[in-house]
Amino acid sequence: MRYLVSSSHLYVGVREYGLPERVRELWRYRELFYYFAWRDIKVRYKQTTLGLLWAVIQPLVTMVVFTILFGKLANIPTDGAPYPIFYLSALVPWVYVSSTIATASMSLISNADLMTKIYFPRTILPASVALSGLVDFAVASVFVFFFVLYYGLPISVNMLLWPALVIPLALLSLGVGMMLAALNVRYRDVKYVVPFGIQICLFVTPIIYPVSMVPQQYQFLVALNPLSSIINGFRHSLAPSMPMNWIQLGISLVTIVTIFVLAVAFFNRNEKAFADFV
Amino acid sequence: MCGVVAVTDVVEVKDLCKRYRIGSRTRQFQLREQLAQLIKRPFTSMNEEKTELIWAIRDVSFNVREGEVVGIIGQNGAGKSTLLKMLSRITYPSSGSVKVKGRVAALLEVGVGFHNELTGRENVYLNGSILGLRKREIDDRFDAIVDFAGVEQFIDTQIKHYSSGMRLRLGFAVAAHLDPDVLIVDEVLAVGDAGFQKKCFTAMENLRCGGRTVLFVSHNMSAVENLCSRGIWIDGGRVRMDGAAKDVINSYMTTFAVSTGAGTDFSKSMARLGTGEIRYTRVEYLEPDGSPCTLVRCGSNLVIRFHYSVKKVIHNPSFGFRIYTSMGTLVTEAGNLLHGVQVPKVEPGEGFIEVEIASLNLLPSRYSLSLWITGPLGGQPIYDGDVRTVLEVEPANIFSSGWEANSRMGITYFSQRWRFADTKYTILDASETAAADATAFDKPSPAEQRWKNTNKFSTCSTGGCGFTSLERLGCKNQ
Repeated sequence: MRYLVSSSHLYVGVREYGLPERVRELWRYRELFYYFAWRDIKVRYKQTTLGLLWAVIQPLVTMVVFTILFGKLANIPTDGAPYPIFYLSALVPWVYVSSTIATASMSLISNADLMTKIYFPRTILPASVALSGLVDFAVASVFVFFFVLYYGLPISVNMLLWPALVIPLALLSLGVGMMLAALNVRYRDVKYVVPFGIQICLFVTPIIYPVSMVPQQYQFLVALNPLSSIINGFRHSLAPSMPMNWIQLGISLVTIVTIFVLAVAFFNRNEKAFADFV
Repeated sequence: MCGVVAVTDVVEVKDLCKRYRIGSRTRQFQLREQLAQLIKRPFTSMNEEKTELIWAIRDVSFNVREGEVVGIIGQNGAGKSTLLKMLSRITYPSSGSVKVKGRVAALLEVGVGFHNELTGRENVYLNGSILGLRKREIDDRFDAIVDFAGVEQFIDTQIKHYSSGMRLRLGFAVAAHLDPDVLIVDEVLAVGDAGFQKKCFTAMENLRCGGRTVLFVSHNMSAVENLCSRGIWIDGGRVRMDGAAKDVINSYMTTFAVSTGAGTDFSKSMARLGTGEIRYTRVEYLEPDGSPCTLVRCGSNLVIRFHYSVKKVIHNPSFGFRIYTSMGTLVTEAGNLLHGVQVPKVEPGEGFIEVEIASLNLLPSRYSLSLWITGPLGGQPIYDGDVRTVLEVEPANIFSSGWEANSRMGITYFSQRWRFADTKYTILDASETAAADATAFDKPSPAEQRWKNTNKFSTCSTGGCGFTSLERLGCKNQ
């Protein structure tokens, strides 16, 4: 019989576990990882009449408001994309990032009773949040596809960029979420910083406006924010008329991987003390 | 219990220490406090806070062999749970190490990770996977788990509608189907109703019989005594005693028996009834071998020795006592004359009289003893009376079933043997309980053994008495 919970030789001491051991352990715990994600999804839509439709309603309503406010009233340029597509293609990934970061940063303290009662790699908690968010993302993506058909946009290879960009999007959300979750265990201030930070981020990232609106001398700031070119990439995959800066995307990918690696290292360093502080 | 088979150590705990900083664990960490610290004293490191350290566990080392069932006992806050948490990797030691061979399952709470919004079925899968079962394994055991919990009807109901008992049963049902090599259990037997506790107990017994290694924290001494071959007593974060479960429990419980002590001294006692020609001076509780009994446990073989002091010669005194509950109910009365034992006369000086109780069938509680000495005729004259002493009866594994006898079960219990016969009048289940009974009362064969006289009196007094003491009870002139 094989077990998830325990290795055949368990060692607890001051010695650090190496990366290969950690990866092997995560692999052993993969089922628990799915179960947590499954629990999140189940619980999120339990006793709701609309169920998974909520995954669509949030970006949809925001899109309608943005289209009226920023499109019709403020006349923000969209580089040739129809307003609904312009906003939806940015809002769907944005909703994923913001909700994943918000939930993942709380994932350790909201599962405190679990962490003080049983062992499992703590990484599973924020990681399962990132995984369960992808289900909502997939549902919303299908919905966006119908909009693309409705507006008669061309079906092209470009559209493969949409699923491909999910990987850096998830890594970024998970990385930031893990770091905040680890900090949250000790410093509950994080609880107040996160919603506020997410709000700021909505304006700093080109979601309401296109990247091309940013003046040339400030374009480097766009490259500094890894989310900018990812969101822009999502837009480009649906509306090819929107310009795409591949170098900026490259820089963003490197930044995201760096953030993720640092976050994992930070999380693992602090993991041992979680149960004592949570 | 391991016999001659060579066994290996499955758990190795070496120099284990766990330190907590007082304050930092309870106080919520605020960045602001650290920033304020930084401004006040910018050159000291943030981690060098002047806080007091406490040792939850200090220099604990022990090994557990394969198949051993170890009971970990100690008072609240002694560090038992911290130790278990380190064994199960939830919290990490400050120094030292733990090595465990084989698959570990830690059961620090029943139903860990149950989610109210999910159904019973969903929670079985969730809880099972948290405890380390694979989906395939849960599939295989699902019916057995539901059957064990007895919640078939409600398995597709959200568990927020479950009663707390149902939740508990479902949680334990999953845990009972884990089947690990090393099981770590923290006080799960303490919860639930009688039927549930019985199930838990049987499940633990099965593990033991299956040769599993179990580490078991409990305050239920009967359960520990019955299940465990070995006991480890943790006191103030250190191992105070490590040895045979029975010995460790006895030493542990003795520390609580201070109030009773080994008896009571009346020498400087208060005003009391009686003429005072003869007075009790002291009461001692003794083991049958004559050594002081610091802990009176129910079902024990107890000798109570009454010391007295005589001022003038008295013929035919009658010694006796009454036992009252803390509520003042008279439990029983005993005396030498009631047993036809005469004390012809006592002469001035000191002496004692003692009673042996073969099996003290009082349930755990605090009893009050009221002693008296009277003349032989209708309790007159009263020489001494209303002398109060306390008899603290501690729990013991009297039924040999792990059931803790307690004061809620009443005042007394009887030596009993249960048999079950089906409609064809075949005795199905007598041998097992009879055997258990036999161990409880130290009798070789319960069927042949009759109750001996409950009370035997022997007496001695200064100047020599004309009465022979019974059997092994000693006689001493002082």
